[in-house]
Amino acid sequence: MVILFNTKPSIIACGSVAGPLEKKSVFYSYFDSVVEDERWNQQTNEQGHAMMIQEACKIIMKKANITNNLDIDYFLSGDLVNQMTPTNFAARELAISFIGMFSACATSVSSLIVASLLTELGASKYAIAGSSSQHNSIERQFRYPIDYGGQKPETAQWTVTAAGYALVGKHQPNLPSIVAGTIGKVVDYGEVNPFHMGGAMAPAAFDTIQSHLKKRNQKISDYDVIMTGDLGKIGLKILKAMFAQTGAKQEELEIFRDAGAEFYGEDKSFQSGASGAGCSASVYYSYMEQQLKTGRYKRVLLCATGALLSPLSFQQGESIPCTAHAVEITVE
Amino acid sequence: MDQQQYQQIEDKITPPTPYLKNIIKAFLIGGLICTIGHAITYFYIIFFDFTETTVGNPTAATMVFLAMLLTGFGLYRKLGQVAGAGSAVPVTGFGNAVVSAAIEHKTEGLVLGVGGNIFKLAGSVIVFGVASAFFVALIKLILVSMGVVEW
Amino acid sequence: MIFIDFLLAFVIGGLICVIGQLLMDVGKLTPAHTLSTLVVAGSILAGLGWYEPLIDLAGAGATIPITSFGNALTSGAIAEAEKHGWVGVLTGMFEVTSSGISSAIVFGFIAALIFKPKGKVN
Repeated sequence: MVILFNTKPSIIACGSVAGPLEKKSVFYSYFDSVVEDERWNQQTNEQGHAMMIQEACKIIMKKANITNNLDIDYFLSGDLVNQMTPTNFAARELAISFIGMFSACATSVSSLIVASLLTELGASKYAIAGSSSQHNSIERQFRYPIDYGGQKPETAQWTVTAAGYALVGKHQPNLPSIVAGTIGKVVDYGEVNPFHMGGAMAPAAFDTIQSHLKKRNQKISDYDVIMTGDLGKIGLKILKAMFAQTGAKQEELEIFRDAGAEFYGEDKSFQSGASGAGCSASVYYSYMEQQLKTGRYKRVLLCATGALLSPLSFQQGESIPCTAHAVEITVE
Repeated sequence: MDQQQYQQIEDKITPPTPYLKNIIKAFLIGGLICTIGHAITYFYIIFFDFTETTVGNPTAATMVFLAMLLTGFGLYRKLGQVAGAGSAVPVTGFGNAVVSAAIEHKTEGLVLGVGGNIFKLAGSVIVFGVASAFFVALIKLILVSMGVVEW
Repeated sequence: MIFIDFLLAFVIGGLICVIGQLLMDVGKLTPAHTLSTLVVAGSILAGLGWYEPLIDLAGAGATIPITSFGNALTSGAIAEAEKHGWVGVLTGMFEVTSSGISSAIVFGFIAALIFKPKGKVN
């Protein structure tokens, strides 16, 4: 189902922070803050993860000239650590009404949809939405210890250390505004390889984008760009091939981009590209916001994808269920 | 699009595993690690009073020590990405699995974190080594007592 | 013929690693599954009495790969079984091998005291 936002809630301000390795990112210059220590001078990676979230929120408040946390009605956010403790701990410090949201790496958009709904409803003047990931704490959660010498295949992706958050408020002209959103289904085409997330998630992105276009009665070319979250280089190719099979032309396929595929440029040491809940969030809520604000893009579809697996489900032999959520953002 | 059609697209686009390249890298680096180990056995035989049969233990310990250093400085991970099984199969890989888990879980404390997780990755090797040794020795014992084979 | 000696260590050690690589790439096994399989293989070879000749031939080329861990456990169990019968199967296992495990524990513990996990690429 597509949700139409008649009041067109706007993205008032964005905040993005990233870790030291993200200096290699092609989006580096768009990030508000880059920290030298991936632990943010904390004792543990998880504490650093929480600090990163707080910092992104502080940047937003500064940009929007909000001095009191109480002026923000809702904080909608999630991450990938067990029970999302970094986000929960950041919410403790922020002291804003909070719902933890989990759509894995698609949380950047699912939280934005919920924030827009609350705004549309009149229940929220300002709501912060977004997500984050910190490489070290996510890798140990889902894969191996950081210093373990396992061999990653070409399809593997690198979890970013980054956070991206957006402040959603009532409609303001000349600001990126959310006009429609699609909450995705969970799609599972039987991929079992946890080192091939792009292949697992591409069908979910395909399903959500197609459903959004159909319900909105739009063509691919109605958009300046359709940007998926973290399919990676190989996942993006698969997505394009799926649309090519439904009859999309080459120039239409050019409209598709992927935050994860572009994140680290052509650097081969990151294999297929970037991933993690902070990947799409930090690109959407920095680079993409600025492209919309400057008028380079007038209408974009942001479709964040998430792989809903756990190490437990993988070890029990389950395939990887995936989801994708999309928002249509325009600027007048 | 059904699952089968999708599988075709996915298989077509996903780059194939570079079997030959991986094998060559595993052979060269695995062989090199064993050669270093071989040099260490000579070192212990020549400079200490170890024999060919007893030299395995200090050699393994030395190799694990080297693995600890490489793991701690983040080098074994890079080696593993290149070498694959070439760095995983030698005893240094066993050391890397133990040491990396120990470092990783330090933040949960020395008892529950380090103590509880140190064999998170390498534990299965010990379990299967011991279990298989038990069954093999048992079978051999039975066969010997039946007079089928000799010790 | 020290050169041949080292060459044999290199080639045999390398080949055992190649078997591991094939298990991972072709057999699609995780590293833990691969290593467990190799250890079991080492035990079986020891039971057949084929691993000792391999060590005589290749030296560290056969003692450094994880297969030798299975061999050492099994050889210990068999040696004790020969002396003490049934009880020896259980008690003999760690007679021969312990250094790999004990050194890994000691060095792992020391490493945990010294190092922090780093998430750096390259």
